[in-house]
Amino acid sequence: MDVLNALVALANFVLIPAVAYGSQLALGALGVTLVYGILRFSNFAHGDTMAWGTMCTILATWGLQAAGITLGPLPTALLALPAGILGAALLVLATDRMVYRFYRAQKAKPVILVIVSMGVMFIYNGLTRFVIGPDDQNFADGERFVINARDFREMTGLAEGLALRSTQVLTVVTAVLVVALLFWFLTHTRTGKSMRAYADNEDLALLSGINPERVVLVTWIIVAALATVAGVLYGLDKSFKPFTYFQLLLPVFAAAIVGGLGSPLGAIAGGFVIAFSEVGLTYAWKKVATYLLPESLAPEGLLQLMGTDYKFAVSFVILVIVLLFRPTGLFRGKSV
Amino acid sequence: MTENATMPAATPSAPAPFLIGEAMTGGYGRGADILQGCTIAVERGEIAVIVGPNGAGKSTAMKALFGMLTLRTGRVVLDGEDITTLSPQARVAKGMGFVPQTRNIFPSMTVEENLEMGAFLRRDDLRATMEQIYGLFPILRDKRRQAAGELSGGQRQQVAVGRALMTKPSVLMLDEPTAGVSPIVMDELFDRIIEVSRTGIPILMVEQNARQALEIADKGYVLVQGGNAFTGTGQDLLADPQVRRSFLGG
Repeated sequence: MDVLNALVALANFVLIPAVAYGSQLALGALGVTLVYGILRFSNFAHGDTMAWGTMCTILATWGLQAAGITLGPLPTALLALPAGILGAALLVLATDRMVYRFYRAQKAKPVILVIVSMGVMFIYNGLTRFVIGPDDQNFADGERFVINARDFREMTGLAEGLALRSTQVLTVVTAVLVVALLFWFLTHTRTGKSMRAYADNEDLALLSGINPERVVLVTWIIVAALATVAGVLYGLDKSFKPFTYFQLLLPVFAAAIVGGLGSPLGAIAGGFVIAFSEVGLTYAWKKVATYLLPESLAPEGLLQLMGTDYKFAVSFVILVIVLLFRPTGLFRGKSV
Repeated sequence: MTENATMPAATPSAPAPFLIGEAMTGGYGRGADILQGCTIAVERGEIAVIVGPNGAGKSTAMKALFGMLTLRTGRVVLDGEDITTLSPQARVAKGMGFVPQTRNIFPSMTVEENLEMGAFLRRDDLRATMEQIYGLFPILRDKRRQAAGELSGGQRQQVAVGRALMTKPSVLMLDEPTAGVSPIVMDELFDRIIEVSRTGIPILMVEQNARQALEIADKGYVLVQGGNAFTGTGQDLLADPQVRRSFLGG
């Protein structure tokens, strides 16, 4: 029995990665949930909005690096983030002007907008590949670790190492700041309140003199910012590949739906539910079990419930279970 | 039944009413005409009530006054200004307050936020108006931090009326404010509406509970099939044997 080593192994392979991944999913799901709550459709192009925003950030990062500007121990991408957000905002606003506004004026049913957003998704998909190519891009620079495994072992004398990457810390800190800012905006500013009012009751918002086009504009800008931040954090933590971002759509949607579409708090909770399930179910628990169980019971297999290749199945199954038993999600959002 | 038999409310010699929809004809979209030359008016400082059987076009008449359907003929005049072509939002800016029958609050927002949203067009200090509304509806002050959707039916109606009052409207229009609330709450709501009226705001109201509504009304309109069947003071209509027999159950 070695509880301490078991805990360290658990933290190193499950808790820390899941918290970081959960934060990224939460930011992505917040974007999805805002579009659903305010613009009233499921935006299938969100994964590719994340990809586009991240791509813009990467290009700006390269520009800064070429100019010799870095952030020292922090990734240069943080400095390039505003440029990425601007790029994403321009793209979604142009899309809204050219595509969504037409359907809004027609008062198109949400299901039509879903299909429209799928078309938009394919366009974004192509645009991103056209500019930066389909390959992996690694754009993280600066200090790699806050604590690396060897230092941790030497420091504590434990057999297990604990690595804490700077991108993981950065992810969580940034996510907390962004979420705090978003909630402050939604509950304390006139514009934020008008967005909530519009989401609650469109007709009454109109009667109260709230300008719907302005609400839509601000929503898209916030969604672009959230998508870019989520994408950049994910890219720093792992790496940037357009196809991976397209695939992120599933866990991001699962997170938004599990939490309750339209509920910002739910999106955050959903992000962590999905992340912990995905990491927990695909992790080989052998190491942790070996530390915890007496030697005679030591497991022979890997104790891995499913291979990492099947991680998308986790989001999918959770999604199906939630839709079957609690279609409005954990935080009572709107039913799908 | 003397359909369309009454005179229009404004006779040339009397001063023009504050808000009047004159000889309104129209319906929703390209559908059939629901209103057939119906006239509704509210005088300054008075309560006007529209009553009538189901499907008579009571709510439609009110929506027409508020610009929610296009009129084929007739016109709407507010304080001497023709507003027939204005959108509902523009009419709110002109000083008309409207409380829809359903979906008339922001359920996930707090009571106070509901009131703030009512005053969205105003850029000045809202506190005095909010105090006035809390004075009219004391229960809202106690519940001001609670989500409006969690309140009881009667309290929600108070939030809805309060929201409309936040723009400091020069006329308040209520579409069946007592729909779906218990008789006790209904009495209380009527009392509150009288209080609002005492602050000097003319009120136009559509009501299912014809007898009670006519009791507090200065002017009553009985609509039948989209036209004015009877018009008079509330007391006159209550005393009119024909109105009693047809609409008030004897």
